[in-house]
Amino acid sequence: MGLPNESGDLLSKMDSDASRRLFPLRFYESHLSNSTRPDGRPLKSAREAFVGPGDVASADGSAMTKIGSTTMLAAIKMEIMTPSADKPDEGSIAVEFYMPPICSPLVRPGRPAEIAPVISKQLYDTIMSSGMIDLKELSLTSGKAAWMVYLDIYCLDADGALFDAALYSAAAAFSFLQIPVVSLSEEGRLTIIPEEGNGDKSDKDVVNKGKRKLTISSLPFSLTCGLHKNYILPDPTSEEETLMETFVTVVLNSSGHLVSLYKPGGPVLAQTSTIQDCIALTRQRMTDLQKSLDEAITEMKMD
Amino acid sequence: MEIDRTDGRSPNQLRPLACSRGILHRSHGSASWSQGDTRVIAAVYGPKAGTKKNENPERACLEVIWKPKTGQSGKEEKEYETILKRTLQSICILTINPNTTTSIIIQVVHDDGSLLPCAVNAACVALVDAGIPLKHLAVSICCCLATCGHVILDPTKLEEEKMKAFAYLVFPNSINSILPEGSSHTKSKQLEDGLVTSVTHGGMSVEDYFHCLDRGRAATARLSDFLRKNLQPQVLGEGSKAG
Repeated sequence: MGLPNESGDLLSKMDSDASRRLFPLRFYESHLSNSTRPDGRPLKSAREAFVGPGDVASADGSAMTKIGSTTMLAAIKMEIMTPSADKPDEGSIAVEFYMPPICSPLVRPGRPAEIAPVISKQLYDTIMSSGMIDLKELSLTSGKAAWMVYLDIYCLDADGALFDAALYSAAAAFSFLQIPVVSLSEEGRLTIIPEEGNGDKSDKDVVNKGKRKLTISSLPFSLTCGLHKNYILPDPTSEEETLMETFVTVVLNSSGHLVSLYKPGGPVLAQTSTIQDCIALTRQRMTDLQKSLDEAITEMKMD
Repeated sequence: MEIDRTDGRSPNQLRPLACSRGILHRSHGSASWSQGDTRVIAAVYGPKAGTKKNENPERACLEVIWKPKTGQSGKEEKEYETILKRTLQSICILTINPNTTTSIIIQVVHDDGSLLPCAVNAACVALVDAGIPLKHLAVSICCCLATCGHVILDPTKLEEEKMKAFAYLVFPNSINSILPEGSSHTKSKQLEDGLVTSVTHGGMSVEDYFHCLDRGRAATARLSDFLRKNLQPQVLGEGSKAG
């Protein structure tokens, strides 16, 4: 393959695809020194994000988001349950993040992704910390019936920034959510009426006719930045994630509050200036994400 | 406005620290760390030959197993394992023993708040006890934010649940330099100001977060001194592990 001091010449003679696979770090750093990233983005720019209704017919609310190639499908189903004795006025939320083998060649049926339960827990903590959903609003009858919200997020394509795309899809799914209609049966139990448009169901049985949407106080938006030597690189792709080992995920909500600052170790130490830069980048990103989500919500209302 | 804490501590006061090394005989390194009632035991086995499937064979690999006090390992334990693994990877010199795996097992003995910081501190001492090469030590602390904006260090479980938000922070060990002031100052300053790990729960404003960082960093000086005193070579006559 050539002696080490000849590898420089080898690199210049080699095809760019081959050098990308054989010397990934060198390929990557040569791009960074030209203030650009391998996919052509300027250094500090994140990939474009798309959001839309997920079209999952059996779910009460669903959304699909794409950040670059990373695709997430979120779906919410709601069920009636008895609230726990120590919190009789609150419903509850269960978040699960799945990485089926379709999303990445590293995930196989017998080899589940290690990152999936970690992202599930991170999403749950972020949703609870952000105060997006008030659990008391999920209560139907104090002590007897409350909503159990099951949020499932499926990763369809894993190309870096999984947590960002998943959180965005969760926020969108909650925004598109239509609470199912509930009626009181003769035995005094609350049951969900399926949406079938049968005209002879009398309206006075329906308990929550007016209240079909959750009040969402403030949506959380996040941005993951990779730290590599002195560079801060927002929204890394999966190729960049294998080269960088340090990531900082900042979650801000629409009122500018810091919901979470997650830096799970990594060889690069974060100085205060680095953290401030990451927070500033997240603020910029938040305005773009919020705009796209608002457009998607208005479009859905018009349908 | 003074904060009243149930156990009478001041906001900056840590709970009594206790640390013992070499408590397990079969493991290559072990340590028990307690802050007040929270107690964690860490054991280190390694380096052992071979790395796991997707890991880089040109570097040493770390594996963390977190055992809760009761119940089965679930998502929360997996999250702690990932955070701890990445934190310890940043302090170990991974190029020294390539193609080996070092296992760190954490056993929670009692959880009374500030569990992850306790585990990070215990793991660090256990790694030193096992003789794993490290760049520097890591000291970890939990900072809580009360609704009035005051920062409280090292909360108990009740305090953690009541507070608006809390953050688990890990900083590198403070440096005890023998060089005169002024020489090679910038590099060591950079090391001291850095943040290794941060995990937050609950919403807080950005300024409050930076207050937490400052208070946490200031408190690490005390933790570093305690660590340093504890890691002094043990009294002669106890016999070494290699003997």
